[in-house]
Amino acid sequence: MDLLLPQFGLIFWTTIVFLLVLFLLSKYAWKPIINAVRERENSIDEALRTAEKVKEEMAALSADNEKLLQKAREERSKILKAAKENADKIVADAIEKASDAARKLAADAKQDIDNQKQAAIAELKIQSGKLALNIASKLLQKELAGQAEQESYMKKLIEDLDFNQN
Amino acid sequence: MNILNILLAVSGAAWGAGVGAGLAAIGAGIGIGRIGGSAAESVARQPEAAGIIRANMIITAALIEGVALFGVLTCILILVL
Amino acid sequence: MISKRFSILCVLFFFFGFSNLLASEAIQKESTNQEEKGFDFGELLMHHVKDAYEWHFFTLANFDATIYLPIIAYKNGEGFEVFSSRKVSDGNSYHGYEIEEGHLRRQDGSKFFDLSITKVVASIFISAILLLLIFIRVARKYKGNEKKAPHGLQAFMEPLVLFIRDDVAKPILGDKTYFYLPYLLSIFFFIWINNMLGLLPGAANVTGNIAITCTLAIFTMIIVNVSGNKHYWLEIFLPPGIPLWLLPIMWIVEIMGIFTKPFALMVRLFANMISGHMIILSIIGLIFLFGEMSQGLGWGIALFSVAMSTFMLSLDLLVAALQAYIFTILSALFIGLAVQDAQH
Repeated sequence: MDLLLPQFGLIFWTTIVFLLVLFLLSKYAWKPIINAVRERENSIDEALRTAEKVKEEMAALSADNEKLLQKAREERSKILKAAKENADKIVADAIEKASDAARKLAADAKQDIDNQKQAAIAELKIQSGKLALNIASKLLQKELAGQAEQESYMKKLIEDLDFNQN
Repeated sequence: MNILNILLAVSGAAWGAGVGAGLAAIGAGIGIGRIGGSAAESVARQPEAAGIIRANMIITAALIEGVALFGVLTCILILVL
Repeated sequence: MISKRFSILCVLFFFFGFSNLLASEAIQKESTNQEEKGFDFGELLMHHVKDAYEWHFFTLANFDATIYLPIIAYKNGEGFEVFSSRKVSDGNSYHGYEIEEGHLRRQDGSKFFDLSITKVVASIFISAILLLLIFIRVARKYKGNEKKAPHGLQAFMEPLVLFIRDDVAKPILGDKTYFYLPYLLSIFFFIWINNMLGLLPGAANVTGNIAITCTLAIFTMIIVNVSGNKHYWLEIFLPPGIPLWLLPIMWIVEIMGIFTKPFALMVRLFANMISGHMIILSIIGLIFLFGEMSQGLGWGIALFSVAMSTFMLSLDLLVAALQAYIFTILSALFIGLAVQDAQH
């Protein structure tokens, strides 16, 4: 029966000791431990979240990179294409210009030649006229005594002259 | 021949107390056995809920054990009173 | 790994075997002290599980390892009286006090308050100091190390604290967890350390003493009823779906329920711990019971008894933790029922 009857002294001391333990542990043990654990859990959570975010950012970044690269590649091909076009154009222009110049040169030369030819023909005409005149006058001095005969003969001679042949 | 003396010297109340304690143990055994069996089945069926099932098993077993202990306590009271 | 485990097991068994041997030694000496009466089993059991005014470890030959603890008595009009229990040992009386059947009493039969530091009280002091030392030391380690992994003792205690928080308190108490957590943690570790210390040879049977479990259960009862909200009291005095004429009967049942819940807590812890002690003592006592009949039989039984009590002590180590857990989770459950909001 002794075993089943709580004694006053024991209850008294247990109450005091337990209250003391409860108070001291709550203040000096449970509070710091629980706070520290919570803080650590928060920081781990934070770290995990940050890692996730960084991962996402990395993914975005690599996607960006890819895009950038693609763009650069496009740009390059565009630039290359433009350059090629430009070069082609320059070459074509150059050819055009050269052929123009050549053509012009040729035309000028021809003109020159024509001019020279005309000049030469005119000179020749004059020279041959003079020569013919000389010859004629000399001939006529001998054969034609009259002025009128001389002149008609001259005209006939000149009309017969056709330099544009040949 | 101490043991025989002990066995013969016990009174009727003590016999009753002994039988009562045994019955309490049987009852608790059946009850807790059923809880344990059902818990094992449940864990086999849903292994992912093992933690919750174990906690519930212990609580229920403790409640049944409490009743059995009342029985044992009564038997002790019979003996000592 | 295996050899490490094996060596740990060996150490454990050696420890248990040794403690058993010590216990059996003590029993032997006690039984030889009362040779004229023969071996008194009941007396032996009671001596080991009951409280006492002196702390008796063992008696070896003529050496009596006993600490006489102070007796504190308070009597109305006379005030406090403090003296060593040695003065009232062996049937002596001191200032009108004497010990009769293990209890301090006045020779003239008058009433007084017995506030003695008995074996159990001294044991509680020791476990409380241990508890404070352990946990304040652990808590210190957290200072400035909030973001680091726990080490040493801290790494052993933290999972236990987290277990109480996450597996006991949180599922039951929800958002009120942090208000009741210090109480639950304190009661869990207080009961556990007392259970464990009680298993040591020569130690006091603390949680197997009904006064201690009664006090702890009263704490839970007070917390449950003080924190009980409107819903809790409504459930008791106006349970829904009960016809009016049944109400008075329900009141009786419910009000009894307020007391039976902590009563069950008290009895469960007490009975589990004391039965553990009694079983071990009985198994060891068998040695001397049979040894009285013939020495050879006693030695033969000793083999069985040491093996069996080693097993029982291992089981009691488990029970020590389990009962602390059950007390804590049931306390949490009762508090949870009292503070929960109406759900049905």
